[in-house]
This record gives sequence, structure tokens and C-alpha cells, in this order.
Amino acid sequence: MTAAGLQALWSHWRRNPLQLFTLLAGLALATALWSGVQAINAEARASYAAAAATLGEGQFDQLVPRAGETMPQARFVALRRAGWLVSPVLEGELDRDGGDVRLVGLEPLTAPGGLGPVRPGAGGGDLADALGGGVVFAHPDTAARLAGLGPRVVADRGVAPGTAVADIGLAQRLLDLRGRISRLILAPGQPVGRPPLAEVAPDLVRRAAQGRAEVARLTDSFHLNLTAFGLLSFAVGIFIVHGTIGLAFEQRRGMVRTLRALGMPLRRLVMLMAAELALVALVAGGLGIALGYLVAAALLPDVAATLEGLYGAQVSGTLALRPAWWLSGLAIALGGTGLAAAGALWRIARMPILASARPRAWSMAAGRARRWQAAGAVGLLAVAGALAQWGGGLVSGFVLLGCLLLGAALALPLVLDPLLAAAQRGARRAVAEWFWADTRQQLPGLSLALMALLLAIAANVGVSTMVSSFRLTFTGFLDQRLAAELYVSAEDAQEAAALEAFLAPRARAVLPLLSVETRLAGRPAELMGARVGPTYARNWEFLAAEAPVWARVEAGEAVIVNEQLARRAGLWVGDDLAVGPGRRLPVAGVFGDYGNPVGQAIVGEDLFREMFPQVRATQFGVRSDDPDALRRALVAEFGLPRARIVDQARAKAASMRVFERTFTVTGALNVLTLAVAAFAILTSLLTLASMRLPQLAPAWALGLTRARLGRLELVRALVLAVLTAALALPLGLVLAWVLLAIVNVEAFGWRLPMHLFPVDYLRLGAFALLAAGIAALWPARRLARTPPSDLLKVFANER
Amino acid sequence: MLLEVEGLTKSYAGPDGPVPVLRGVDLSLAAGRTLALTGESGSGKSTLLHLVGGLDTADGGAIRLDGQEVSTLDDRGRAALRRGAVGVIFQQFNLIPSLDVAANIAFQARLAGTADRGRIDRLARALGLAGQMAKFPEQLSGGQQQRVAIARTLAARPRLVLADEPTGNLDEATSAAVLEELLALVAETGAALLMVTHSPALAARMERRLHLSRGRLA
Repeated sequence: MTAAGLQALWSHWRRNPLQLFTLLAGLALATALWSGVQAINAEARASYAAAAATLGEGQFDQLVPRAGETMPQARFVALRRAGWLVSPVLEGELDRDGGDVRLVGLEPLTAPGGLGPVRPGAGGGDLADALGGGVVFAHPDTAARLAGLGPRVVADRGVAPGTAVADIGLAQRLLDLRGRISRLILAPGQPVGRPPLAEVAPDLVRRAAQGRAEVARLTDSFHLNLTAFGLLSFAVGIFIVHGTIGLAFEQRRGMVRTLRALGMPLRRLVMLMAAELALVALVAGGLGIALGYLVAAALLPDVAATLEGLYGAQVSGTLALRPAWWLSGLAIALGGTGLAAAGALWRIARMPILASARPRAWSMAAGRARRWQAAGAVGLLAVAGALAQWGGGLVSGFVLLGCLLLGAALALPLVLDPLLAAAQRGARRAVAEWFWADTRQQLPGLSLALMALLLAIAANVGVSTMVSSFRLTFTGFLDQRLAAELYVSAEDAQEAAALEAFLAPRARAVLPLLSVETRLAGRPAELMGARVGPTYARNWEFLAAEAPVWARVEAGEAVIVNEQLARRAGLWVGDDLAVGPGRRLPVAGVFGDYGNPVGQAIVGEDLFREMFPQVRATQFGVRSDDPDALRRALVAEFGLPRARIVDQARAKAASMRVFERTFTVTGALNVLTLAVAAFAILTSLLTLASMRLPQLAPAWALGLTRARLGRLELVRALVLAVLTAALALPLGLVLAWVLLAIVNVEAFGWRLPMHLFPVDYLRLGAFALLAAGIAALWPARRLARTPPSDLLKVFANER
Repeated sequence: MLLEVEGLTKSYAGPDGPVPVLRGVDLSLAAGRTLALTGESGSGKSTLLHLVGGLDTADGGAIRLDGQEVSTLDDRGRAALRRGAVGVIFQQFNLIPSLDVAANIAFQARLAGTADRGRIDRLARALGLAGQMAKFPEQLSGGQQQRVAIARTLAARPRLVLADEPTGNLDEATSAAVLEELLALVAETGAALLMVTHSPALAARMERRLHLSRGRLA
């Protein structure tokens, strides 16, 4: 009985191969985009874990210099002598072909267990043996780039991508930083009774272990963003699957009735249908995972560049086949199919044996569901409104986005229907009236595809508005923050003093970049000292300010803070901020600080030097009328390498390059989502085509040519796409507002001004129209070429 | 002569090669006259009707309507024929489900550019549809739907009305009433009526009767 039942059920797909293709392709596309994103996330997280294991990030407390990048090795010796169990680490960049490689030097004898690439039993020998012999360990991607470095290079996947690990002595030699270290790792279980840190090394601060690597926390929002995109694409794909399954089940109502009449128990029948769908889901899921792998492999280099540019996180550019993501891909394919089929299976399970075998008209089915749909749309949009008003946190921001998009998608047919009805009322000619009436009738059948198109266009409008607003703001921000023509770094305080003395008579202004890591308003933050002059006064713009800002900062009477600190600490202009023990200053201005994850406050140079007399600037911004000549002079006088003199144009170009790559991934996902929506339109039109004949044949019989009917089908798809695009525009702008004003503030701590880009929207509308037109072309052409005999079958008396 | 059919042949593709449906049919019909075409299932009645109505193309022979050769018309020409000169009433009604009754009745006439509001109202009243004009086809009974189909055809003032089992889906009483209305209205417009039917009683109401058997007129 089971075999006979399966044979009967399967015969439907054999007779409707296009429907089977639609189901498989929709599910495969949905799974591909989801699992592609998950593959990228899994790869990135594996890279963070490797980096954390290598560098000890997140696992151990650390001592870091209060100011500057490095400390003398003598601090390590002093602390060990005082009884502190510390291990030195040196980090630096090796300039290699294909980009810098981060070299990490460890001290094997004092390094806590679990640190570094070589673990006991993972290749024999311990860390000391492994690192002792002048060996450099590197990720296989990186090892090739280290050829010719001198020491032997060993490839090890346990090392983070873009990173190499060596003994600290070797690292100091390779980085030309003899006698310097970057930080000290504190072993767990320090001896009791050792002298306090402030006594032994007052220029160091203790940074507590955070349980997870810093970079993993910083990149959470980026990965959440990607996941949200993956979920959106998956939802668009599931719309296709839902539509196809619904149609296939409706068409099989007669078969179900017959099978039951012939003795097949309902329970068995429903189970067979579920098993049939599970099989389809597994096949499509497998295809989707393969496609997802290709998508991820294509996008990963850009994601890696984005993560490095935004957060300094090194992620492998090559993809490993991890069981976690392909299993999750199969699971989501099965889950998505179950979700899409649940309603159809439920209806079959409840269908009386003598129910009509005729497929219900789409419009009738939709009519009954319309009230529920309206209620769902209103409910979701209400939740979105409530979250916008009272919600808080990043997750709430994404739930808001989900409710907004889903609510708007559900509302789409309810908004389109009265628009089409109005057009019908306004039609003067018979064909026009029929066209609008027929379009209204097609609406329920096409609504899932149109919802997919709405979501795709809205996502495109939203994300492109965000990116373009970001670009506009960021360009202005770079002009403000990179006002100096040259940026020069010194190795140490002594060289810095010599550099400043050398530059003072030759430059228009020398702007020392003084900073210390500290805590402001109870949060880790950076306090900077600024040499106030025309450069700052002319170039800096404030989100909020109380004039005269710079004069008050210069006089040590006020402080300015970045937006991140202002929002997190609830500060604004006029509030007081404690910048040091017993010293409170009013906030004179709040400035935008895009891309910086930490809070920042700026005081005048004199006040800074008074508060932190031991801190010396090792970096300078230099204003010069002839930066090239000054650069040559610096090289001739100090022999500074290229990396230590950065000119403004190069810094801006590098920043913009990072910026552009940052959004390459979202751009690619945008295009893919639009492509999936176009596919949804194509499949909906194709599956509806066979059901359309009884509706079109009378119009043909009454004198419309097949060619004209075909053209009208194309026009119908375009009209619906135009209406959908017009409705997607305001939705996309609301989406952009949510991204800029809510999600961005929660994720990064700063809010971007929103700009509008009408030309971009017009271009996007044209693309959407093109996608819909291409999708409708084939079904329209098929209709125009339908043999009259097929149309005549509609009129056959003995059907 | 309004309609002249000579040596009409038509075959359909079958699994074992072409299956002939019409094997050389000749007939003629003058304006204002009625003709019943009877025959068993599969005899080719509907095919003949479709060919005359420009819904399909013949393999051979000639069809002339008012002296104009129909069988050589292209797709566009046949569409124009269906809009203006010929009106077809189907057994399955074939109303346009998305349009209300009023729009359905007016549809063909508007396509042909001959819509006349007064005539449409008169037809609707004559066929008992005056109170149904705002309804949609799915809200009507079978008899009402067939009345709408008749009104639609007659509103376009065709010279030739082709009716394919027009009462085949109706009960006896409704069938009789609909037929009476159809005959009266066709007579009033002066159109010719070619009706395909299984029913001898229906055929008896026509002025002439022809029987089609295995693709030939008996």
C-alpha cells in the first residue's frame, strides 16, 4: 500500500517537472544563501578562536603600557624579580609581499599552558622545544609569504590566518625591536604578597580577561548583520517553496480523495506526503549547501578584508568544509520545508473524504485568509512600532527589522488590491478594464513572489541608503580627522623628541597625538591631549557643541567627547565628565568618530601633560606646504622606513579602500536577494500559467490575439513590479532609518545622519523592473505561443 | 449566402499518426436562418464549429463568411473575425471570472467597438439579468451564467451566432427557457444561428438539421 501510495504521489511530480524544479530550486537557493552566510561566520569564528589561542586574548589578564605601543623589556625583568608570574609578548607587522604579516613573539619558558600554536601531543615536543630552534610557525595561507625570511617556517593550521609565531628573541630581531615588548600575560594563580603593580611598573595597566577574544565581541554585530541577511534571503526562498507546495497540494486534492476512497488511511497518506517532502528537502538541501559553499568561497576574501579593515581581525581567505554549517544547512532545509508545508499538510489532514476534488480558486482561498493576513500585518507592524519606541539592545533592533519587513510583506497584497481596483474603475476601454480585473484576480497567486520582490527591493533601498549615507559622512569625517598632510611615528620618546625638534621649524604646525588608556564614566576609554590650533578649529565639526569649543578646550576649561562615549555614558553638551581624580570638566562638544569601537575624550595639551607628565607623544600629525620635501628630509635625517611616514592621501585612500570592501559583501547579498525574488516571480508565473488558460481562453475566443495576451502578461508583471517597487521605497527608507538610528547605535555606539539618493533609487527601480521583466518574459512568450488546440481544450464539452 | 463551407478537412495528431476528425464537410447557411448540427461524441461537431468561428485552422477546404475567406486568415485576422462577425456561445459559459455581469455582457461589444448601453440593458432585462449586473460569475447559477453568455454574444451584434451545446449544462426547464430566449433574440437581430447539440428536441427547434458522423455529413 505504501509503495502504491508513493507511486501515485510521485506521479504528480513526474507529470509536473517544472513544479518539482521550482520546489527544488527555491529550497536550494534559500539553503544556499543561508548556509553560505553560516559558512563565512563559522570560518571567521574559527579564525578568531585560533587567534585567541595564539595570542592569549581573552584567556588571561594582561599588563599593557598606559601609553604607546611597546614597553622596555626591563619591565618584564623587574616584575619577575618582584614575584609577578608574567610572560612577555611582542607583536609587530612584517612587511611581506601580499600584505603585512602579524608576527607574535612568545617566551616559551614562562608562557602559560595552552598558549601558542603547538600543543602537547600535537606534533611531539613542547612549546619550548618547538620555538627554541629559530622556527617560525604560520598558518598555511601565510607560510608561503614568509619564504626568504631567514628562519625555518613551519605551516600549522592552529595559528591564526595572517599571523606567525616565533620565540620572542627571534621576533625582536625580525621586527627590529630589540629590548621591547608589547604586553605581559599574567599567569593564573599569582603568588600572594607580591608588591603592587603601581610600585613595580606604574606605567603599565592591568587589562582583565574578558572570557572571549576582544575581536570576537567586536565582530558580533557584523556577524549578526550577515546572519540577518542570510535569514532574509532564506525567507524569500521559503516564500517560493511555500507557494509551490501550496499549489502542488491543491492540485493533488483529487488524488488524495481518490487514494482515501480506495482505502489508504489518512494518517499514512499524510506521513507519505511528509516523507516525500523530506526527501525533496534533503536533495535540495544538499544542492543548496554545495551552492552555499560556492557563494561563501566567492565572498570570503571580501569578508576577510572587511573584518581586517574594521576590526583588525585576521580571517582565513580559504574555506574549510566544517560539519557544523553543512549539518545546519540540511537542518534548515528540512525545517524550512516543514514550515512551508505545515499549512498544506494540515489542510489535507482535515479535508473530509467527500470534499470537492477541484482545486480551490486562488482568490477564494486568499479571501478566507485575507482577514488573518491583515491581522498578522497590523500586529507585526505594531510590534515594530513599539520596539522602535521602547525597545533597547541589538537583538531588539533586529527583531524590529524582522517585524517591520514581515508585516509590510503581509500587508502588500492588501494595499495592492485597492490600487488595482481603482485602476479598474478608471479604465475606459474593455481590454484595459479586463486587464486590471484580471490582474486583481492574479494577485493572490502572485502575492508571495511580490512579497519576495518587496523585501528584496526594500533591503536594497535600506542598505544602499545606509552605505551611501555612511560614505558621505565618512568622506567628510576623513577630511576632518586626516587634516594633517603627514603622519609620523617615532620608535620611542627619545626619537619622538628629536623628531618634534626637527619638525618644528620646518612645518606649519606639529600636532602631537597624546593619548592614554583610562576609564571614563566607568568605562574603558581613551583620553587624548590636543594641541589646539587652526587645524582643529577649521576642520572639526560637532554633532552638538557650545561655542567657543576649542578655546575652552585649549584653556583646560572643557572636554570634548566622541559620540560613542556620549551615548554609552549618557553624556551631552553641558554635562560634567571626570577626566581624572578630582578633575571634572564640562562637555563642550560631541564629535562623530565613525569606526572607532571605544569611547574617547579630548582635553587641551597643557592639561593632558599636567595630568600625565610621563606620557610622551610618539606620533605626530604634521601640517606642511611641501609634504614631499619634508618626507625626504625626514628619511634623510632619521632613516625612517616608509611605514612610519604616512601621507594624507595614502591614509585616506587606504581608509576608503577598506570602506568600499566593507560593503562589497552586503552589495553581493543584495544582488543575490534580488535575483531570488526575480526567480520567485518566474516560478510563480510559470506555475500559474497552466491554471491561467481557463481565464485567458475566453478573452482569446472573444477576439484578443495570443500575441496580445502574451504582451499583456508581460505588462502585468511590470505593472505589479512597479507598484511593488513604489511601495518598497518608503519601506526601504524606514529600514534605512532603523539601521542608521537604531541598529547602528546599538552595534557601534554612533548614529549616522540619513541622506536620500533619488538617482540610486531610480536605478534600483529600473533593475527591479528589468528583473521582473526578464522573469515574466518566458511565461509571456509561452502564452503567446500556446497552440490554439490547448486553448480550445478549455471549451471542450467532455473535459 | 452568409456562410459557405466546402470540402473542410481537419486531423489531430494521435499516438499512431494523424486522426482525421473532419473528412470533407460542405454546408451553407443563409443570414437569419437557423441550423442544428447533431452527431455522436467525437463526430467532429465542435471542431467544425471552432473552424467556422476562427478558433482553429483547417487542414484543407474553404470557409467563407459573407464571401470573405476565413480559412486563410492569420491570427490577427481570425481575432478580428471573432470580435466582430461571429459570436460563440459555449457549453461551459466561459465568462471572465474577474469581471462582473455588466462588464462581461459588454465585453465583446466593447472589443468590437459596437457597445450600446441601451441594447445591453435591454438584453439584460430580456434575459432576466437586470438585478444581477453587479454580481460576479461565481455568484450566479448555471442558467444565469448561460444567459450572461448569450447576452454577451448578442450585445456584439454578430452576423453569425455559433452555439456549442448551449444548454448542455442546464436542467430541462432552464434549458427550455434559455433556448426560447436565444431563438427570440437571434430572430430579432437577424443573425444566423448554427447550433451544435446532442438533443433531438433542441435540434427540432431549428429550421434545418444536419447530422455529422465520423467526420462527414450524413
